[in-house]
Amino acid sequence: MAVGPATIARAAPVVGRRASPRRILEREGAFSWIMLAPGVLFLIAFVAYPFFYGIYLSLQERQVAKAGLFVGLANFVTLFHDGVFWQVSRNTFLYTIVTTVLKLLGGLAMALVMNQTFRGRNLARAFLLLPFIVPTILSTIAWMWIFDPTFSVINWTLVHTGAISKGFSWLGNATLAMVAIIIVNTWRGIPFYGITLLAGLQTISPDLYEAAAIDGATVNQRFWHVTLPIIKPILIIVTMFSIIFTFADFQIVYALTHGGPANATQVFVTYAFDLGMSAGQLGMGAAAALTMLPALILLIIGLTFYLRRE
Amino acid sequence: MVGGRQFGTRLFRLYLPLAVCLVLMLFPFYWMLITSIKPNRELYSQKIMPLIVHQPTLKHYVDLLTETNFLTWTYNTMLVAIITTAVSLVLGTMMAYPMARMKFPGAAVVAIGVAATYLVPQPLLFIPMADIINRLGLGNTLTAVMLTYPTLLIPFSAWLLMGYFKSVPRELEEAARIDGASRLQAMTRIVLPLCSPGLLSAGIFAFTLAQNEFLYALIFLTKSEVRTVPVGAITELIRGDVFYWGQLMAAALLGSVPVAIIYSFFVDYYVAGLTAGSVKT
Repeated sequence: MAVGPATIARAAPVVGRRASPRRILEREGAFSWIMLAPGVLFLIAFVAYPFFYGIYLSLQERQVAKAGLFVGLANFVTLFHDGVFWQVSRNTFLYTIVTTVLKLLGGLAMALVMNQTFRGRNLARAFLLLPFIVPTILSTIAWMWIFDPTFSVINWTLVHTGAISKGFSWLGNATLAMVAIIIVNTWRGIPFYGITLLAGLQTISPDLYEAAAIDGATVNQRFWHVTLPIIKPILIIVTMFSIIFTFADFQIVYALTHGGPANATQVFVTYAFDLGMSAGQLGMGAAAALTMLPALILLIIGLTFYLRRE
Repeated sequence: MVGGRQFGTRLFRLYLPLAVCLVLMLFPFYWMLITSIKPNRELYSQKIMPLIVHQPTLKHYVDLLTETNFLTWTYNTMLVAIITTAVSLVLGTMMAYPMARMKFPGAAVVAIGVAATYLVPQPLLFIPMADIINRLGLGNTLTAVMLTYPTLLIPFSAWLLMGYFKSVPRELEEAARIDGASRLQAMTRIVLPLCSPGLLSAGIFAFTLAQNEFLYALIFLTKSEVRTVPVGAITELIRGDVFYWGQLMAAALLGSVPVAIIYSFFVDYYVAGLTAGSVKT
């Protein structure tokens, strides 16, 4: 109990003696828990409970609309013996690492360009953020058409400029399908990095650059020794958030390739979806989803510690 | 001469890279727009130059609005987004307020719990959630998504609002309490009005997140009448192997309009919400 506010609370005139529920509300602990209760109960019922129920499901052989059979870690053993599972792991890490590097570099470039003063900067910022605002599935529909095997605008451009003689089958080729989902994820994520880093850049006082310039620092030196150290905390937080959500991405892969061709772009979530929803094996699907947990826990603990230290 | 040189550096450091950024980021939207107004003979021809429209038509829009359930999907999407945003904002505020401004037993546990629910991604939960929704008999109802979306939106709103609530000086609240205001009155009459930009940011962000949600909607809503725009578009405008590209693009464009309009009015609040988590004031 805090001493200051509590004393004031007691000193405050309370109307009538019968207002005892009101008096309870004046106590800091009681007030806090009454306010917290609905949200906390909701999150326990719809986040904590499903989470633990998912662990329970992963230990069962369980088809939709049938009773489950406890099988211990058998689902996990089956997964680890399946070559597809390891392919899915490789795909997810590749997808996450490559897109993160591209988004980081692209976003930083966008932020540096936008950090100059020019007329219409706010308008440009609003437009540049659009890929991040528009519902992902809807923008991915446009990309599906951009990557269409027959009518791809990329193919049309490449063929008509003479770069290639025959169009690529973007989503039908294992490598190109991976390239395609990486392009779309990067396209959607760059504005998030760009605009957040821009906000970080704008907190840097121009005096610092002037001082550095007077000391004879080149543009490059100013970037490495002034800009980067100051935006480092933001850079790290944005990157960690982005890694968590990219690692657990579903929409872009589901819409664009469905994990195909032949699992070449299958990632953890689409894999769990195929097992648990399309094939109706809830236990196996839950197990596949949970295999993401160790990596996610490391990321989340890292991020939490970092946020605390800051 | 000096002016010319300045323009030169500005051209290479600003105008050209900016133009490249804008073209790369906006091309898919341009592509959406022109595809949606092209007649089929232009769409499905490899001979005609595809980058512009030769004979624009609104046929795909008319077909989309008359032959599919697009309007119902739009209504569902808006209804769900508005209700879940409102609910999440209220519950998120109620959680963030004590966490930001009060001392109470169990505060640390609640703080860690909210952070964890914020960061645990939905894909870890969707399979058990599907079973729970089934057992509750809520399959194919909008209630199913209205119950599940706030699991994504409440932790986010609480997280965002905590920062705003912390920024209001304690003296203001204490002055009101000395004047006889209850704790609740101090919250609703003093702190919340001062934090209205934060509430607006959280609301707009939650609204766009709700519009963007796909996984739960895909799993829970399998009947056309209850679908949302993203699910309806991807499942019903692609029938078998047949893609109705004109209609798909019209749906993608129209489906993006509500978010884009709200966003364009409140872009500064959106950016504030986006950066509040990572940039400290």
